[in-house]
Amino acid sequence: MAAEKTSGSPTPDHATLAEKFNKDEPRVDWHDETLWFIRKKRDKAAWQIPEWEQLRELASQIKNNVLSNLHSYLLEFEKNARDNGVHIHWASNAEEHNKIVYEIIHSAGIKHVVKSKSMLTEECQLNEYLHSKGIDVIDTDLGERIVQLAGEPPSHIVLPCIHWKKEEIGDLFSLHLGTPEGNNDPQFLTTAARLHLRQHFMTSRLAITGVNFAVAETGEVVVCTNEGNADLGVQLADVHIACMGIEKIIPKRKHLGIFLRLLARSATGQPITTYSSHFRRPREGQVMHIVLVDNGRSDRLASADFRNALKCIRCGACMNTCPVYRRSGGHSYHYAIAGPIGAILAPGLDMKKHADLPFASTLCGSCSHVCPVKIDIHDQLYKWRQVLTQNDHAGPMKKASMQGMAKVLSTPSLYASAGSVFRWLLDNLPFIINNRLNPWYRQREMPEPPAKSFNKWYSENRKKNE
Amino acid sequence: MNSREKILERIQKNQPPSSALPELKNEPSESSQSIQKFVRSLGNIGGTSIDAMSWNEIDSHLRERFPQSTRRVSLIPQLRSSHENGDLEKDPRMLENVTVSILAGHFAVAENGAVWITEENMGDRVLPFICEHLVLVVHASKVCESMQDAYELLGSSNHSFGTFIAGPSKTADIEQSLVLGAHGPKTLTVFLLHA
Repeated sequence: MAAEKTSGSPTPDHATLAEKFNKDEPRVDWHDETLWFIRKKRDKAAWQIPEWEQLRELASQIKNNVLSNLHSYLLEFEKNARDNGVHIHWASNAEEHNKIVYEIIHSAGIKHVVKSKSMLTEECQLNEYLHSKGIDVIDTDLGERIVQLAGEPPSHIVLPCIHWKKEEIGDLFSLHLGTPEGNNDPQFLTTAARLHLRQHFMTSRLAITGVNFAVAETGEVVVCTNEGNADLGVQLADVHIACMGIEKIIPKRKHLGIFLRLLARSATGQPITTYSSHFRRPREGQVMHIVLVDNGRSDRLASADFRNALKCIRCGACMNTCPVYRRSGGHSYHYAIAGPIGAILAPGLDMKKHADLPFASTLCGSCSHVCPVKIDIHDQLYKWRQVLTQNDHAGPMKKASMQGMAKVLSTPSLYASAGSVFRWLLDNLPFIINNRLNPWYRQREMPEPPAKSFNKWYSENRKKNE
Repeated sequence: MNSREKILERIQKNQPPSSALPELKNEPSESSQSIQKFVRSLGNIGGTSIDAMSWNEIDSHLRERFPQSTRRVSLIPQLRSSHENGDLEKDPRMLENVTVSILAGHFAVAENGAVWITEENMGDRVLPFICEHLVLVVHASKVCESMQDAYELLGSSNHSFGTFIAGPSKTADIEQSLVLGAHGPKTLTVFLLHA
């Protein structure tokens, strides 16, 4: 991870933010171990299913079929959902999505809404938008509520406050919910949050949810939670708004049998989430809306190299396994979706702003290995690096060093002399290389330089053997 | 051109050549171990299962566990004698004081301990979620092996709302410590009826 910066970008890059996260070493170790523990639970759950690899292959093929027939599936979904009495809205981008949601809330004369987890609304920064319009949004997933009280975005798509310690949550609750200071027991704190959020469920007339899967064949949407917060919110509200990216479509209901076997096992190692709710028609007297959001997805579809990222079912397995994510924390990715999948999604939305993210990887391939829908994540990270460099987004340091390297490798005479120059430097002036300005040197011991080059060794030994 | 047309036009232009849908196996898995497996799965996710030979057995079990003073709502005709029946308030908020909801599930899934239940069996859609304790009754003959089998059983069911419920409501958002009863029921009991 070089410390280069995208010129003119106001957001600090991944390396800078990761460095901040890395200042507290015991905390990094704790973060690393917690996520690895979840990765191991995922392995255990997957290994209990003999046909696991077939399921991944089926899921991947179903998603390939979806991407290649998205046009007709969306029309089929729209028709069926409308027949079910659901209002369908289309949003080209985040701004339009936010406006649509606001209009629904505003025209119902509502000021106070509850929202269950939806990465799409994070992507669109819906909360900030609604807040600016005077609408109070309460995130009801416990982890999301914790980061919301702290004024932070989630650091993980499934485990929003995985970077928070219980003592800090105790302090936060003491400040905002009035719990006794120093009581950090997770059971106690969860009960306090239950009472606090129950009041919001009881008084909110409008509930926003995300969507895990939308079935073209039936027009129903499926929402998965462990807490029951999506269901409690929706069933107590007069209006339900479900927000989804257009890639969430699956062709038939029976395909849920594949995806629901994969989702929770990949995410947390559970065999299934507590609730997998199928919303097809609104409850009596209720109004239901579904907002279909593009926000760059239809453009992404044109790219053979990058369209596969649209197969993602947001399980977070790639984050839990990623050696860089585990040791740099979700916030270092400065995008709603962190980790390997975020690093290939974000540059598609804004290449300049997220140019650093595909470099925040060792390309070890572990992400692709655990992905339940077989997205070629590490290949795409590698391909993004090439696209970014070609488009001049790689940063001046990296560009200069790569150009220098290309010159040396393409000029045999230069290559022959470069080795002896560097060996001499390491022996006689080591500080030229071993200094803080060289990002590669930090946290690394430079190797002992060999006594001579391979060419020299070869010509000497060849003479000996002749 | 509105957003809908623009999005659809871009998709039609950009989507790759059609790739075939894979065939899914249709025959349900045969297993004589499904009930035991279900019991194990449900136990692992914090739920409890109880074998019952008759409705009377379930009834007396519930009477013993939940005292008269608590609000017990049963939507099961066979279990109405000693519990409040399904004449529910129109406003779902009025159900906040329900201690236990007693509902019939359609079938159960061995691999993950889930029970499928639709609106018809809920009385009010909020009832399985708002109560302190949830009791589901499923016929022991209705335990299928996997989620793929579950969707075969579901077929083209025309439910307006249905949900798989697997264990009590839970969270592990605070340092990965599992806590039962996040927002919904703190306990889930599934009676497997062998009658």
